[in-house]
Amino acid sequence: MLFSGYHRPNGTAGVRNHILIIPSVVCANRVARGISQQVSGTTWIEHQHGCCQLGVDAELTMRILVAHGTHPNVYGVVVVGLGCETNSAQDVAARIKEQCPYKPVHLVVIQDCGGSLKATADGASAAREMVGQASCLVREPIDVSELILGTECGGSDACSGISANPALGIASDLLINAGGSVILAETTELVGAEHLVAARAVNETVAKRCFEVIDRCEKAAIAMGVDMRGGQPTPGNIQGGLSSIEEKSLGCIYKAGTKPLQDVIDYAVPIKKKGLIWMDTPGHDIEQITGMVAGGCQIVVFTTGRGTCCGSPIAPTLKVASNSAVFEKMHDNLDINAGTIVTGDETVQEVGRRIFDEMIFVASGKLAKAEILGFNDFALKRIGPTM
Amino acid sequence: MMKSADNTATVVETIEPNSDVLLDNAGKKINIHVTERIPFGHKFATRAISKGESIVKYGERIGFASQNIEVGQHVHVHNMESGRGRGDKT
Repeated sequence: MLFSGYHRPNGTAGVRNHILIIPSVVCANRVARGISQQVSGTTWIEHQHGCCQLGVDAELTMRILVAHGTHPNVYGVVVVGLGCETNSAQDVAARIKEQCPYKPVHLVVIQDCGGSLKATADGASAAREMVGQASCLVREPIDVSELILGTECGGSDACSGISANPALGIASDLLINAGGSVILAETTELVGAEHLVAARAVNETVAKRCFEVIDRCEKAAIAMGVDMRGGQPTPGNIQGGLSSIEEKSLGCIYKAGTKPLQDVIDYAVPIKKKGLIWMDTPGHDIEQITGMVAGGCQIVVFTTGRGTCCGSPIAPTLKVASNSAVFEKMHDNLDINAGTIVTGDETVQEVGRRIFDEMIFVASGKLAKAEILGFNDFALKRIGPTM
Repeated sequence: MMKSADNTATVVETIEPNSDVLLDNAGKKINIHVTERIPFGHKFATRAISKGESIVKYGERIGFASQNIEVGQHVHVHNMESGRGRGDKT
């Protein structure tokens, strides 16, 4: 089975051909945004970090930013730094170029340019050149086995586990049958369902990892000295009928389909295996998307019962509504209605097939609503204090 | 009901107090008198559940009853508790 995408020289496949503006530090956000606003056909990210970070925490920030630059959905990159930050723009740009020598990478350092206006002009000029080059590329037929799907649920309600998640599970199974990869993530939202996922692990080591990452996550919640309820499930989840993290988790895991679990990997680590992979991410929607995209996923399918509008700046993020009421109410933001399962108008299999077909259509160029509306949500997971 | 071992059922339309609901439990029909208002997506007890007993949905434990729950009553955060991530209990 084929989709229409961009072959990259390193053997990966892109579903988009973005020019991405990356600030290496919070102080460069305004310039990064300014460059993107000047040049149509570019997208940008903003974040709060990149300075006064130490050790593995600083390294994680670097890794996530570099992974967005090297991502197959990105044609070219402008990296913007202030000039005195921990996470130097020079290093971000050099690492992207080292991993993808074929990719246009332009470096802008605000202090060297003589201020934000000159830096914006410099970056915009480079970005304009890249957009012109990128527009010459044509899509080619690529096997769907090259696709990595990131699955996510956010703003869940009690219908999520009945309709949208089981239907996404069907689509996940279809992609794995076709040779592709699927990411299950949001570890917090697997607390209470880990035994069911571990039972599908390909070996004892992977099964053991399932319990380890859950244990670490649960101990972190316990260390806060409060009931997880309120943070997980969220107040909106509770209004929607979910009474505990266990109930939320048991509904969540349906989106991972029925295939064997091949591996459990750390946050934002590259996906190397085919089949179902568990990435250990927080339940925070945007940190999760950011981690999965950094892992190389080219497309995200996101189920919701309460309604959500977010989207990755570089990976199309399709929304699946768990009930017809929210689909009607937030029609501008939601792409697919799985509420037809609740009303008995469609089966889980039918909606699952519809999600899969739409995913291939979007991978081939159809825009997701979050892209049309310009969502560029990005959040770095932190594992250390700000110094 | 998601699985036959469940002691709760999830409603896909809001149920008003004192409604009789016909449940399909693995092909077996059971009639339950629902005593409280159950909003869309929420749960009611399909049998009496004693304080401390497991609340079961999807055939799995989703928490514990924090008080005795009668058949047909709303089951939610007011009468059940999560058993996981309870930093408040340590």
